[in-house]
Amino acid sequence: MKLKKKEKPTPAISTASLPDIVFMLLFFFMVTTVMRETDLKVKVVVPQATEIQKLEKKSLVSYIHIGVPTETYRAQFGTAPRIQLNDAFATPSMIAEFIDKERAARSEQEVPLLTTSIKADREVKMGIVTDVKQELRKANALKLNYSSSLRTEVY
Amino acid sequence: MPRAVPEVNAGSMADIAFLLLIFFLVTTTIDTDKGISIKLPPMPEENQPKNDIRIKERNVLQVLVNANDMLLVDGQPSDIKALKRLAKDFVDNPSKNPELSESPQKAIISLKNDRGTSYNIYIQVHNELKAAYNELRDARARMLYGRGMDQLPESRQNEIKDYYRQVISEAEPEG
Repeated sequence: MKLKKKEKPTPAISTASLPDIVFMLLFFFMVTTVMRETDLKVKVVVPQATEIQKLEKKSLVSYIHIGVPTETYRAQFGTAPRIQLNDAFATPSMIAEFIDKERAARSEQEVPLLTTSIKADREVKMGIVTDVKQELRKANALKLNYSSSLRTEVY
Repeated sequence: MPRAVPEVNAGSMADIAFLLLIFFLVTTTIDTDKGISIKLPPMPEENQPKNDIRIKERNVLQVLVNANDMLLVDGQPSDIKALKRLAKDFVDNPSKNPELSESPQKAIISLKNDRGTSYNIYIQVHNELKAAYNELRDARARMLYGRGMDQLPESRQNEIKDYYRQVISEAEPEG
């Protein structure tokens, strides 16, 4: 009698772990997705500093890269430091247009909070940086950040 | 009689998922953007009369950097390593030196560089000046409230920031 009672139909495959599998997949994709970063066409090694602050909102930052073109572009653009806006080489006069575009992409309340981050190579001369600064002043984009990495030793 | 397929124990599945999650959370570094923040002065208006505000010479610390990255602080050749000390002395003027600023609020640091100055030294100068102010503020916070700047409420921080207001005036580029 007892033996007969033990006779069960084949048990259904447990689906208890399905949510976990789904979560795992979700995490996997979350981790592997990389936000589209602009292709750097210039070599930038930012200077080191001790008094650095974090930029709070990444979405409110527009980047201007300044540096010597990387090797692939040297034949075409030479070895003098150049400005890169988004994905293309630019001249200082194109900065006003660039700032306008950045502003147009944000809502009205966010425009005053926009910060420009200058990512310039430590080897470049101030001349080109001054040109950029003047253009930013003309465009009334006055919040500026000189991108730097942390230096641990203090003078 | 078919044998019952033994159920795979799924109880530890959640633990494995969490383990993976924590592993990725720990290992991914979201690279934050860091740097020295400054505020540019607005462009002077075309037809704006040149404002001739007279500022006493003693209240201005002149920092010049030439194309060879050499420093001149108030007419004296100097070094980047000495700049913080000089700036602190100038702003705070604890010995009431008649050559240095009258009070921290009146102190202005004027920065001028050449087009040939390297960007690195320019950042170092900004950094040292900022460091000077940060140290002065921190010292005042400790003196008044016995705590560092970062542990004070915002109102107190602003009070101290107002006392040591950092005014860096950058020369208009020539040409």
